[in-house]
Amino acid sequence: MSKEWPLWEIFIRGQHGMSHRHVGSLHAPDAETAILNARDVYTRRREGVSIWVVKSADITASSPSEKGPLFEPSESKAYRHPTFFDIPDEVGAM
Amino acid sequence: MDKALFEFCLRMGDNTLILGHRVSEWCGHAPVVEEDIALANTALDLIGQTQLWLGLAGEIEGKGRDADALAFRRDAWEMRSVLLVEQPNGDFGQTLMRQYLFDQWQALMLAALEESAEPRIAAIARKARKEVAYHLERSRGTVVGLGDGTEESHARMQAALDRLYPYVGELFSDDAIDSALAERGIAPLPSSLRPDYDAALAETMAEATLSLPENRWSHSGGRDGSRHSEHLGHILAEMQWLQRAYPDATW
Amino acid sequence: MYAQMVKSTGEAVKSREEMTPEERRFQDRIDAGEKIEPKDWMPEGYRKTLIRQIAQHAHSEVVGQLPEGNWITRAPTLERKAILLAKVQDEAGHGLYLYCAAETLGVSRDELTERLLDGSMKYSSIFNYPTLTWADIGAVGWLVDGAAIMNQVPLQRTSFGPYSRAMIRICKEESFHQRQGYDIMLKMARGTEAQRRMAQDALNRFWYPALMMFGPSDKDSVHSAQSMAWKIKINTNDELRQKFVDQTVPQAEYLGLTIPDPDLKFNEETGHYDFTQPDWEEFFQVVSGNGPCNAERLEARRRAWEDGAWVREGLLAHAEKRAARSAAE
Repeated sequence: MSKEWPLWEIFIRGQHGMSHRHVGSLHAPDAETAILNARDVYTRRREGVSIWVVKSADITASSPSEKGPLFEPSESKAYRHPTFFDIPDEVGAM
Repeated sequence: MDKALFEFCLRMGDNTLILGHRVSEWCGHAPVVEEDIALANTALDLIGQTQLWLGLAGEIEGKGRDADALAFRRDAWEMRSVLLVEQPNGDFGQTLMRQYLFDQWQALMLAALEESAEPRIAAIARKARKEVAYHLERSRGTVVGLGDGTEESHARMQAALDRLYPYVGELFSDDAIDSALAERGIAPLPSSLRPDYDAALAETMAEATLSLPENRWSHSGGRDGSRHSEHLGHILAEMQWLQRAYPDATW
Repeated sequence: MYAQMVKSTGEAVKSREEMTPEERRFQDRIDAGEKIEPKDWMPEGYRKTLIRQIAQHAHSEVVGQLPEGNWITRAPTLERKAILLAKVQDEAGHGLYLYCAAETLGVSRDELTERLLDGSMKYSSIFNYPTLTWADIGAVGWLVDGAAIMNQVPLQRTSFGPYSRAMIRICKEESFHQRQGYDIMLKMARGTEAQRRMAQDALNRFWYPALMMFGPSDKDSVHSAQSMAWKIKINTNDELRQKFVDQTVPQAEYLGLTIPDPDLKFNEETGHYDFTQPDWEEFFQVVSGNGPCNAERLEARRRAWEDGAWVREGLLAHAEKRAARSAAE
């Protein structure tokens, strides 16, 4: 009979306007309680101003075997980074 | 000394002191670790509120007693907690039912106290009210969830309500101290909070599929200190033991 | 430290030649300091050892609430009560983080709980000792948390991502725990004669159990060798124990308390303190269930689990009813 409460992934936005960040997970019977539990578990030290909860089972993750095709192509695009370009000192900050 | 004001602060502070004690008894014994953490948060808030209320009581008394002296060096007959908060934890359902019955009252009381003519009381109420709003959301949700859960959880919650409801009335009984404070605009008459409380309770219990007992007769004797429960003596024996065994020590 | 004598594969660490290509790639990643994530390929032994270790650590945090929780209702001031409650609450939180880390390895928390209750999984020996006086709460914070931190700080660099992240969070939160314990001891050691004696008595009772927390010497253990190769164990037990003694002796001196070891002495040659080993026979007895509080601790956890079943089921049933109702709308 005994069935475990579902697992939820918890995302919290901190004080300083950053995006929600994954902080961990916990168990709760439903989404509303998951938010309350997240408040009690993950914001004991004033860590957050906003909480998202997502059922762990609802997350689709990229597979480690695709790591090469997914991420390596961006390695060769150094021109996307500001340090790629040399700007003469005389021009000033840019 | 402003005797009425002093008594009032004791009443508020002793409620949170004793309930905080009771809730903290759960530490390490809750049904899931998430609940251990949640109950500890509630207890921490209540202890914090106790420091404020008893601290103010000591200030008003002006005899050099601080919050700790008032918490750890008064005997049962000097305490002003209502009988509801002295009741044993029972099972988790009884604990959460007691919490809900108290939270619902405390939320109304603190909302009224925010308008108090005594600024120190209004300040405490402003801080405590946010904490209590959260306690209420949590305890109400649990009462509804367990009431409208399984057959067993429903039966247990109904038993808890039947067991505790006879302690609710004391929260709303007026005496001379209350009248004096109401006249001065310091605190509301307890009875004036009852209609809103009854409405909230009716709604919650309907959602929880629980039936409120029809008999509204109530135990009393806690908030005026005339006749506490037997439980209080044991709570104090445990809570105050160290302070009393080593009266010359600081910790 | 909260994970003692965690069994690994029980076999000697494989040489590169003995490894399969997958195992070799895995070991290379670990050697390069990369984190292993839950969906990555990993040897079955790595997964099993980690589950055992993380779960033991989690169980320790959760059982660890009990000896300190024992004093919350008797704490001597409102502030001490709040601090202790916050600390014990942190421990429940740390148990939760660790259970979640273990769950990423494909095991449920309920399963782990049942294995704690049926005795097939252990928790740290230290929590089977009683807390008798308020000074014990000081000693537990100072010595037990001190020993735990010694182990947990290096574990932040462990190879398994979720475990490492849990450890980082725990270490950040735990930094006040040892200090609050020492603060209690300081107050007691500088207090009345009775308080000073209470403090000494607590040190007397907790010193050797604290040394046992690191586990028996494992310099020849195949389990530890494998765990260290996998970076799920960072230091040997003896290294950590020595570090703990070296750190703690001056702290005891500052308190004016005496460590209950007549042979304790600074060794000029090694630059470390020489000290007496704890009674390892006692340790093995405690670990196998015969410590002073084993029965009470497990019974308390079993009662929490069994008495809580109707609550867990009730709230879940309600959530399902509500979901069904809103789906019907």
